[in-house]
Amino acid sequence: MVPLSWYLILAAALFAVGIFGVLARRNAIAILMGIELMLNAVNLNLLAFWRYLWSDNLTGVVFVIMVLAVAAAEVAVGLALIISIYRRRSTVVAEEIDLLKW
Amino acid sequence: MTFTEFAPERLLAILPESLLFLLAVAMLTLDLVWKPSRRRILGWLAASGVTLILLATLAFGQPPADEPLVLGGMVRWDWLAFAFTILILFTAAVTCLISVNVEGVGNRGDYYGLLLISTMGMVLMASSADLIMLFLAIETTSIPLYVLAGFLKADDKSTESGLKYFLFGAVTTAVMLYGFSLIYGFTGETNLYLIADAMKAAGLSLLLVGGIAVLVLVGFSFKIAAVPFHFWAPDVYEGAPTPVTAYVSTASKVAGFAVLVRVMMLAFPSIDAFWAAILAAMAAATMTLGNVLAIAQSNIKRLLAYSSIAHAGYALIGLVALSVFGVASMMFYLLAYVVTNLAAFAVVILFARAAGSDEIKDYAGLSRRSPWLALVLLIAFLSLAGMPPFAGFVAKVFVFKAAVDSGLIWLAFVGVLNSIIGLYYYLIVLKVVYLYRSEDDHLPVQVPRPYAVALAACTLLILVVGIVSAPWLDWSIGAARSLF
Repeated sequence: MVPLSWYLILAAALFAVGIFGVLARRNAIAILMGIELMLNAVNLNLLAFWRYLWSDNLTGVVFVIMVLAVAAAEVAVGLALIISIYRRRSTVVAEEIDLLKW
Repeated sequence: MTFTEFAPERLLAILPESLLFLLAVAMLTLDLVWKPSRRRILGWLAASGVTLILLATLAFGQPPADEPLVLGGMVRWDWLAFAFTILILFTAAVTCLISVNVEGVGNRGDYYGLLLISTMGMVLMASSADLIMLFLAIETTSIPLYVLAGFLKADDKSTESGLKYFLFGAVTTAVMLYGFSLIYGFTGETNLYLIADAMKAAGLSLLLVGGIAVLVLVGFSFKIAAVPFHFWAPDVYEGAPTPVTAYVSTASKVAGFAVLVRVMMLAFPSIDAFWAAILAAMAAATMTLGNVLAIAQSNIKRLLAYSSIAHAGYALIGLVALSVFGVASMMFYLLAYVVTNLAAFAVVILFARAAGSDEIKDYAGLSRRSPWLALVLLIAFLSLAGMPPFAGFVAKVFVFKAAVDSGLIWLAFVGVLNSIIGLYYYLIVLKVVYLYRSEDDHLPVQVPRPYAVALAACTLLILVVGIVSAPWLDWSIGAARSLF
């Protein structure tokens, strides 16, 4: 069987890719995708831990379901906010959304 | 720690949450069935509803002597949660009152609905005792707040602040969740009251536990807007509708502190010196940065944003002291800060309605236009600056005393220095209000009734908490004992 640590390394790598996406991307939609990658890394972590170490109760799976549901709600709100900005300014590039500073 | 059997009277532990949910649904329904002209009283209705919930919680929601874990260990019914709940409910009631006459939000049922759902999340944050519940509570708080910040769809600044709030919030929450997943993975527990023992039993290295604590702290620092996760605060505070700004800067911060103190004390006692050192450094940086950057501001909402960042730093001092009195002084500080900041923001809203501006220079002549309003602003700003006999003064004395008691003299010193910087920029605003004249001196600023009620309540509390501080401190100490 694939050892647990491989899953954890994969999750950590996915998380790092997500953070990189958030920091380096300029398009708000792409930043949102980075956030989704980070949340999926969390889910992978939780599921791997649950399957290998704590499969005698359902806590880990319940946690994953909660994260999935909340992430869906969060993305819905995020996309709505992006659309409301796009309607006003015809751009979703983070650097051009700069009315508020200092 | 054992989980008690289900008993119907235990449901009283989530009495405020349940009632808030019903009130939110009522708001949404009334928005559908009422004609726009009648919706003007929605704000009054929401405010009186929250006040009734507050009274009901005071009467029936008091925790029993054994302070049990209820609902399968998801929620802790203790005095700490109770005290934070009362504070958050008060903030929500005042926020509803100061929203009534604000263009674009005051007569919208969905606005009050979102506000109340967010309040429900905050109350749950104060009492949740399980990582899953905690995560749900934080998101129930944050997601409506993102929408509220971007509520004015026709306003470029509002939509921008909504998006920025959302992006920062979602990223820090994801980092915090990664920490949660590691806690679960290494201990197999999600209940805060079992995690510390499970960590000890599993023999985790302190380095690993420290790393997890840092990940978790990222999410909490975002909620309380502590340096280095404060970037969002000025932008969001300036762009969001002003009642929402008042709400985010008070209730959301209070709820963040409730979570911070409970999780750090319960889940990471083995490395408390380590996280207290991190928080002490953050407190010093937060106070200094907030105060120094506030000096240069020309917009009053931005000035209050930086000032509220600085105040999170002062409150952190109490937590860093790691003692019963320290946590109590933190709660007392939050109480003083909340009533003061709400009064300040209520004046800002009223002035913006009359003058259409949030620029500090336009506040010239306010003392001639509306002497009473200027007086409230004077009391609020002097209390924020920490002058006696107002609440802010006593609160600062208590947190500095807690720091000195625990041997953190340098931190108390940094705090005192910062109070002096703070006094400077608060006085600059007061100078504009009292000494400068404007062409509109003869035009008084209208104060509609809900604002008069809110201002009177807040000003009264600033004075009462400042002058008769002993009962409030006893109350905080009683709540802080729940953790030790």
